[in-house]
Amino acid sequence: MPPVLNAFGPAFADDWRDAPHSTGTSIMACEFNGGVVIGADSRTTTGAYIANRASDKLTKVTDHVYCCRSGSAADTQAISDIVSYHLNFHGMELGVEPSVEVAASVFQELCYNYRDSLMAGILVAGWDKRKGGQIYSIPIGGMCVRQPVSIGGSGSSYVYGYVDANFKPKMSKDECIKFVTNCLALAMSRDGSSGGVVRLGIITEEGVERRVILGNELPKFYEEGSV
Amino acid sequence: MASILCPDVPSPGFGFENCRRNALLENKGLAFPKAQKTGTTIVGITFKDGVILGADTRATEDTTVADKNSEKIHYLAPNMYCCGAGTAADTEMTTQMISSQLELHKLNTNRIARVCTANMMLKQYLFRYQGYIGAALILGGVDTEGSHLYMIYPHGSSDKLPYVTMGSGSLAAIAVFESRWRKDMDEEEGKQLVRDAIAAGIFNDLGSGSNVDLCIIKKGEVDYRRTYEEANKKGIKQGNYKYPKGATNILSTKVVEVEDVMVTRIEPERMDTA
Repeated sequence: MPPVLNAFGPAFADDWRDAPHSTGTSIMACEFNGGVVIGADSRTTTGAYIANRASDKLTKVTDHVYCCRSGSAADTQAISDIVSYHLNFHGMELGVEPSVEVAASVFQELCYNYRDSLMAGILVAGWDKRKGGQIYSIPIGGMCVRQPVSIGGSGSSYVYGYVDANFKPKMSKDECIKFVTNCLALAMSRDGSSGGVVRLGIITEEGVERRVILGNELPKFYEEGSV
Repeated sequence: MASILCPDVPSPGFGFENCRRNALLENKGLAFPKAQKTGTTIVGITFKDGVILGADTRATEDTTVADKNSEKIHYLAPNMYCCGAGTAADTEMTTQMISSQLELHKLNTNRIARVCTANMMLKQYLFRYQGYIGAALILGGVDTEGSHLYMIYPHGSSDKLPYVTMGSGSLAAIAVFESRWRKDMDEEEGKQLVRDAIAAGIFNDLGSGSNVDLCIIKKGEVDYRRTYEEANKKGIKQGNYKYPKGATNILSTKVVEVEDVMVTRIEPERMDTA
């Protein structure tokens, strides 16, 4: 639309300002020999506008279970708040920390029952005594499936090949961190609605270690003009 | 068989009978009316001792300025205030209701309500209405855990950030913050930055205008500056165009007598209840 002098219309004609808040996202989770590494970019968008360039899409559910959120920010925040309430209550009643499988089940229950009104793609990842590090992928319809490595969000479609080519079972912690960082950096560079920094979470028996990789510290790959 | 007494049962599902007519009208330049949005610039920052909230004071109804000095920084609790953008009625009613719930919460627990509590109450309320309550909010306050600043969207998502802007003037305002906000600014620097961000909205966004309101929240102390600055001061007229008294000549006078009018009052009759 060309700029028009003194016309009130154009400033209000753009409907992106009240478009629902979505996390066009790159998220990932990967098992290693002592736990799981989870990662996400930090971009939240409303239409073409970056509403938050430093968001945290890795959300705590219990001490040993986290989730990676993609889709509508409102929906996924509401779901993870409800699930963490249920799991904390469950943990208090039984006196044991809820397992990752139980956490994923509660997520799935909500995502499936409300599948017509929700826009949420969630990765549930964590560590428990029974099965060690686990990842459950809950895509938009409300399915729940365990995977050794899982990617999600709009950026994931760019790196399926990279993941399939480079994933190895039983990696070391450092190897796994490097793998997740590389995947997310590649996804973020190709996907317009992903970007910012890489946020990581390393979940082991000891708990969670959080890391941030700043935009200028991201691994570099082939870029036109750089060689 | 259909008649007025026995109408046909309407067929279930969506009706598409008006689609062709609407497409035709749209081609003729009769587009659907756009939902009304109120333009606003609201901002908030954290500084060394607390948070500063800011807002412009223009309220619009389509292209008309409905209120030149509207109050967009709402009271929530003694230690918390909330800027509202979007539908004016929705921001007003939402903040009033949450404010009342926070007061009861304070009385029940004998503690000052925390900012994260207000955030949860607001986002859960807005999420319940799936975006139909058009309230975009900036929530700021100080509690036992320190100072906090949240932005809450009409659909019920929220972000916690050190500096935020919302409303149609948010782009102009965020540019000011992105270039000049620093960690642990002092109060004077903070006030100047918030003023400049709101001024950027007032002057560069058509939906925002008039004055700057500020609200500085520190531990145990609130400084609400209604009309911190008049951004658009009216100029003073150079000349005086008033006629002096007696400038018009009286050519003639005529007094007309008005006859007296009788007023009779009729007592109302009591209703027969026998």
